[in-house]
Amino acid sequence: MQWEIVVGLEVHTQLSTRSKIFSGASTAFGAAPNTQACAVDIALPGVLPVLNRGAVERAVQLGLAIGGHISRRSVFARKNYFYPDLPKGYQISQMELPVVEGGSLTIQIGETEKTVRITRAHLEEDAGKSLHEDFHGMTGIDLNRAGTPLLEIVSEPDMRGSAEAVAYAKTLHSLVVWLGICDGNMQEGSFRCDANVSVRRMGTTELGTRCEIKNLNSFRFLEHAIDYEARRQIEIIEDGGSIRQETRLYDPDRDETRTMRSKEEAHDYRYFPDPDLLPLVISEEWIERTRAAMPELPEAMRARFMTQYALPAYDASLLTAGKALATYYEALVAAVGGDAKTCANWVMGDLSAALNRNELDIADSPVSSRQLAALIQRIADGTLSGKLAKEVFEALWQDEGEVDAIIETRGLKQVSDSGAIEAIVDEILAANPGQVAEYRSGKDKMFGFFVGQAMKAMKGKANPQQLNDILKRKLG
Amino acid sequence: MINASLKQLAALLAEKKISSQELTQSFLERIHARNPALNAFVTLNQEISLAEARAADVRIAAGGAAPLSGIPIAHKDIFCADGWRTTCGSKMLENFVAPYDAHVISRFKTAGMVSLGKTNMDEFAMGSSNETSYFGTVKNPWDANAVPGGSSGGSAAAVAARLAPAATGTDTGGSIRQPAALTGITGLKPTYGVVSRYGMIAFASSLDQAGPMAKSAEDCALLMNVMAGFDERDSTSLERPTEDYTRDLEQPLAGLKIGLPREYFAEGLSADVGAAVETALAEYRKLGATTVDISLPNTRLSIPVYYVLAPAEASTNLSRFDGVRYGYRAPDYTDLTDMYQKTRAQGFGSEVKRRIMIGSYVLSHGYYDAYYMQAQKIRRLIAQDFDAAFRQCDIIMGPTAPTTAFNFGEKASDPVSMYLSDIYTIAVNLAGLPGMSVPCGFGTNGRPVGLQIIGNYFAEAKMLGVAHQYQLATDWHTRMPNTI
Repeated sequence: MQWEIVVGLEVHTQLSTRSKIFSGASTAFGAAPNTQACAVDIALPGVLPVLNRGAVERAVQLGLAIGGHISRRSVFARKNYFYPDLPKGYQISQMELPVVEGGSLTIQIGETEKTVRITRAHLEEDAGKSLHEDFHGMTGIDLNRAGTPLLEIVSEPDMRGSAEAVAYAKTLHSLVVWLGICDGNMQEGSFRCDANVSVRRMGTTELGTRCEIKNLNSFRFLEHAIDYEARRQIEIIEDGGSIRQETRLYDPDRDETRTMRSKEEAHDYRYFPDPDLLPLVISEEWIERTRAAMPELPEAMRARFMTQYALPAYDASLLTAGKALATYYEALVAAVGGDAKTCANWVMGDLSAALNRNELDIADSPVSSRQLAALIQRIADGTLSGKLAKEVFEALWQDEGEVDAIIETRGLKQVSDSGAIEAIVDEILAANPGQVAEYRSGKDKMFGFFVGQAMKAMKGKANPQQLNDILKRKLG
Repeated sequence: MINASLKQLAALLAEKKISSQELTQSFLERIHARNPALNAFVTLNQEISLAEARAADVRIAAGGAAPLSGIPIAHKDIFCADGWRTTCGSKMLENFVAPYDAHVISRFKTAGMVSLGKTNMDEFAMGSSNETSYFGTVKNPWDANAVPGGSSGGSAAAVAARLAPAATGTDTGGSIRQPAALTGITGLKPTYGVVSRYGMIAFASSLDQAGPMAKSAEDCALLMNVMAGFDERDSTSLERPTEDYTRDLEQPLAGLKIGLPREYFAEGLSADVGAAVETALAEYRKLGATTVDISLPNTRLSIPVYYVLAPAEASTNLSRFDGVRYGYRAPDYTDLTDMYQKTRAQGFGSEVKRRIMIGSYVLSHGYYDAYYMQAQKIRRLIAQDFDAAFRQCDIIMGPTAPTTAFNFGEKASDPVSMYLSDIYTIAVNLAGLPGMSVPCGFGTNGRPVGLQIIGNYFAEAKMLGVAHQYQLATDWHTRMPNTI
């Protein structure tokens, strides 16, 4: 019996505006509790919401990036329920008329490509935080987060299984970070997933009863929660039972999902248009201006790298994983003036290794693209051998100075003076008659011995090509 | 001096015939003597009032002070005022001291007017008689057995009893106009969006508007010049060129076409009120205006529409009063749900609870379309009635309320009967139009009658002019209760 696991994701992304969606208080993470909640955020009597234009900008960018339709007129609605971290007793959200409708995201699972459809994306405000530990049987309420702008992005139930769900979540995560509309910091709660999971027998078309697993804030938790939930549902059905539609939470310590609330207790949110806010009208001109100012999207950039720089798909993907890395790479190629593949190798190889070892982002690289370009050029023009180039890279990383200065100071200049090389070769051949005889009698492998000896004598600075030619000539 | 107009008081202050401190002090003394019987004020703060008066005196002496500097004004206790207890007539906010000024309050402060105190009101502005206030009823200065109207009952009584030369009120379904009519003073509800709602505790967000209450239209015009104007903190506040609301006061009335909705002169209108209004209309004809019959066919639907929409909005506006962050919290509770339930059961009065329940019901799943959506659709029809009417006339008039002030307890036990007393005022809020009430006579029991003037959008200056010309030719607005 084959089962199909059907997944839809609702992702809440905190938008990167400096102030809140309906007030001027700061959205910066980590402040002391209740120091970033102004009168509007605390819902004092008499306060009113005013929409943050930057939040709308970011929603439009996301809508354009996923090929969705930007609603020329969308409406804010009140979603009513009582909870201490929701000061007004209602959340301002969007219900019938969201700011973005439709769109899609192409995801990569191994070698396969798949398109996941997006139903809608809407703007809403985040609630405050309820802290249940540390308060001796009570709950601490921190309203700093209340009012932070959220863009809730809802997918169709197009994903099959946890791998596709994680691929979608990662792709969406990369996109919002790429666009600069969300900082993507999942530990800080900037990107949170709710997974709607149901199962059905393979080959059937009707959707099974789904359960919603809320507030998954890591890709690992997302994967495990879906896996557990799918297994749970399959077991129930195979035992002859039926799934009760409910909201569940994932417990990472036990690696299981648990009931949060069932449909019977489900809230009637009594949605209605918020009379304190006007309908959001987005002009054609605003949309065009946003479209014109959008950065090149990752998919388009990857394709361009393959054609423009003649790079294989693997390289192109790696180099466009992040905007900063892609920018570095392109600056590097421009500075070198070509040789895109060599540049790619350096970035994906030595540079990335050094960044990973030191836990640095490309933005904090001690070796700039300009410096790396100079290094690559010195290899290309014969000044530096490939092997010694690694030493120079290390020196650049340690901030010893510029490429030419390092070569000079350390005396690493490749020797391409055939006269000098010949002199050394003569010395070595004279000093090793036995090995010479062995080579001449047919032991080709001996060639490496002479190369090694010559390089040692010249401290690695011999131009390898010239050395080879001279040795061949002299050895016969 | 208690009968002096704002212009006269301003002149006295400018000519140094009196100081703001003396003026303020004299009103405070009147309040001290007469408020216990009237209960118009719920909070006084002598120190703050006199400090503001002192500061006004300094500015007046320096020259170049704003026109109404140094004149005291009473504020309906629905406006948050920094450092002042702000109760909204409710136990929920009995001890709430506002940490900020409402936009309206800061405009009056900038204008140099002195905060005289906070006036009593129906709880959370829900009421037409000031009988739902947690802080007790307000007596109509004309007759201690009579209600002053509501919800701005305290402000109306304060002006009528000459305890304050001016007051602020708010009007959601008639709460400035009806108490003005019942106490014989002048009150104006501006076009929706003209006065900022920031800091004004919300009842029904799409209907609430703040406005002036005073002894004359001229005074109201001067107060509008202070109150009106764009505020970026209120998304429903309108950005328009600044207006001088006194500009049409001297406009003669010749050629003015007054529309008389036949629905406002039909059954339900008490005969003595009708007679006083007819006398006023005769006066207007003498002044050169003509009257024309019009119809506002959906008038009868305005009460049910209002009592679906206003409670719906109010039910969510009042959700923030939950005992968590400020205001009343029940002293004993077992868990969160218990805390919520006890706090709100104990903190709210019965009319407020009634409206929260109605509001929640009409928004609930399965009922939203039949009630809320339907009411919004009819609301548009009601607004269209006025659109059509204003093509046939320049201004609309009629009685403000169907009867003069009723007695305490007369309608309190019959909510629907209470609701029906707003029959002529409510449609104006639903359409967002400006409306005024001016005193035009007395009923058989000696209680005042008000004439309602309804204008097209942004016609406040014209309306004030129309009222002012009437007040030049008559003296109803100068009458004072003889108990004063």
